[in-house]
Amino acid sequence: MIEIAILSGKGGTGKSSLSAALATLAAKIVAADCDVDAANLHLVLNPKDYREEVYVSGQKAVIDPDRCTNCGICLSYCRFEAISNKGGIHRIIETACDGCQLCDRVCPENAIHMVSHDKSRWFVGDIANGKMIHARLAPGEDNSGKLVNIVRDQARETAFEIQSDIILIDGPPGIGCPVISSLTGVDKVLLVAEPSLSGVHDLKRIVELTQHFRVQTYVVINKYDLNDALSDAIVNWCRSVQIPVIGQLPFDRAVVDAMVNCESVTNWAPDSTISNAIKRIWNKLLQHEQAKSF
Amino acid sequence: MKIAITATGNSLNSKVDSRFGRCSYFAVYDMDENQTKFIKNPNKEAAEGAGPAAVQLIAKQGVTQIISGEFGGKAKSILEDLNIQMIMLNGPEKSIQEVLDLMAINK
Amino acid sequence: MKIAVASGKGGTGKTLVSTNLFNVIQKSGFAVDLIDCDAEEPNALQFIHADLISQKSVTQNIPVIDKEACTFCGKCEAYCHYNAIVVLPKLRHIQVVEDLCHDCGACEYACPAGAISWKSKTTGTIRTYAVNNGSSLIEGRIEIGVYSSVPLIKEVMKSSHHRQLAIVDAPPGTSCPFIATVSAADFMVLVTEPTPFGLNDLKLSVEILQQLDKSFGIIVNRAGLGDHRVYDFIAKNKLLLLDEIPFDPRIAKSYSEGKLITDNMPNYHKHFLQLFSRIKKHLQYDRNSYT
Repeated sequence: MIEIAILSGKGGTGKSSLSAALATLAAKIVAADCDVDAANLHLVLNPKDYREEVYVSGQKAVIDPDRCTNCGICLSYCRFEAISNKGGIHRIIETACDGCQLCDRVCPENAIHMVSHDKSRWFVGDIANGKMIHARLAPGEDNSGKLVNIVRDQARETAFEIQSDIILIDGPPGIGCPVISSLTGVDKVLLVAEPSLSGVHDLKRIVELTQHFRVQTYVVINKYDLNDALSDAIVNWCRSVQIPVIGQLPFDRAVVDAMVNCESVTNWAPDSTISNAIKRIWNKLLQHEQAKSF
Repeated sequence: MKIAITATGNSLNSKVDSRFGRCSYFAVYDMDENQTKFIKNPNKEAAEGAGPAAVQLIAKQGVTQIISGEFGGKAKSILEDLNIQMIMLNGPEKSIQEVLDLMAINK
Repeated sequence: MKIAVASGKGGTGKTLVSTNLFNVIQKSGFAVDLIDCDAEEPNALQFIHADLISQKSVTQNIPVIDKEACTFCGKCEAYCHYNAIVVLPKLRHIQVVEDLCHDCGACEYACPAGAISWKSKTTGTIRTYAVNNGSSLIEGRIEIGVYSSVPLIKEVMKSSHHRQLAIVDAPPGTSCPFIATVSAADFMVLVTEPTPFGLNDLKLSVEILQQLDKSFGIIVNRAGLGDHRVYDFIAKNKLLLLDEIPFDPRIAKSYSEGKLITDNMPNYHKHFLQLFSRIKKHLQYDRNSYT
């Protein structure tokens, strides 16, 4: 079984559209959407979810107004500015509470208790050529790295169940904790780069990360015709750090049309130039795998 | 001397869990008694700091060697401070029994 | 008055809007600040020519345990929700894992021996750059490995309170850093695009802004591409559509080179000035509606 993560550093480079296109090319696959903060892959792969689970991201404090004497001790201890005092009435500001429980411990009236934050969910569903695992982190919640771990664990379990050889991970943007959770232990990372100054900058930052974790890394330049000079610069830079550039895709309205119709571009326009280019990228990704195993 | 191995389940047939801090169980093998006990990892689902919490758990057991697939940065530095030897296991999946057998041969 | 520009997902044109809005206001002679709260990846500076005038560190507290006074009772470890303290009584070993500490103070409260004091650790830097006419760019940048950018963002937002007007480049997503920014802003501008992905992210952002009771308007970027469903959503929920920025390959090209479209294309200069007057008009209306 191999795990391939699609990442981009910068958001909006076309990572999810490419992930969807690659996912529909495989004979059998488990697709894992690890961009739990802003999951989009399900809009294209349309999973029929048959399992829904609660994800508890942490705890928040709640003040019981019947017991509270508004003494203000909790407010004096809270370091997160998470307790308000309006007209002598003390309340927890839910979005600011870090869940440290100190207010609960200091309260002389036992008026504060902790409740689990359980508004986030994760799902398993059927897709045309396999299964999909995806999740929805409730707004204002953190610890998306932990949810990414759950999605990946479930993806492995599911791949084992249906005997799929491939897990494709659509990763989150950035270089933070959820990105690290998405790439540790994968076999390959495909980076979707964009030829802009900020795109080049972010590509370099994420390559630092994949090299730190010693993951085999490949690059695709998306919308390369946006700025040919910068695309060339990316190719040269990748050569200098020995990262193969396995494809360059032009801007193509077919990608947007496919997305609007909730289809992957390889399904929507299977014989288009761009779909053929994506097929070549997919074959190269898998070819390298064979070469490695001999 | 005690050795801990991260395990996916609580039997000798269970596979080695490749993650240290977020493994399912710790198999703690007591060389002197020639016995293995399994401890459920309470920090598997911890939001943060599963690695350091796991170090504390196994160190309290008096473990001096730990075998796993990978160690996180924070866990690594505490294990070094405590003089607990880390052994990284690569390659195909092995069961806890297979690892114990290998150690017996290498002894 | 702080106007924050946000977008659920990255890459929809949040920085394009915030930098160009700042540029046209600043060029028309008003003193305005641009606050870059995208602390993991601040990049407004790529588009704005500015000189560094000051910088300060943002710190958090980290507990220091006096090993002479410590009785290794383990209460601090039990109180710590973040697994940031490791205690091994038999080995008389105790240590703080600094990267995990959230600076909540529970360990100090827990300690019966009074063995805990505090030191400070740098978690980020706030840099102020001078632009023109008293305008400035304020950037928050987090250190790698710090658990959250929220404390830094709170500080960055405070750094500009003496100003009449500030444009804020908000962090992406809808998690805590985004909320810390929103909480300190007076008005939100959400940038989206007319695609199912854009709509999905817009819905999440709208949900949380309505929960926080924050007033906001929407800009549809790359208008002309995609479909009408974003507009249907805006109309159906009676949301404020502030502006449309057309799909124009020249915008993407200009952005890719780190240039501002309001500098090199006069029609966009006018476009953003009109956007600013629409926001102003709306804010006045909004304020009147409260009184």
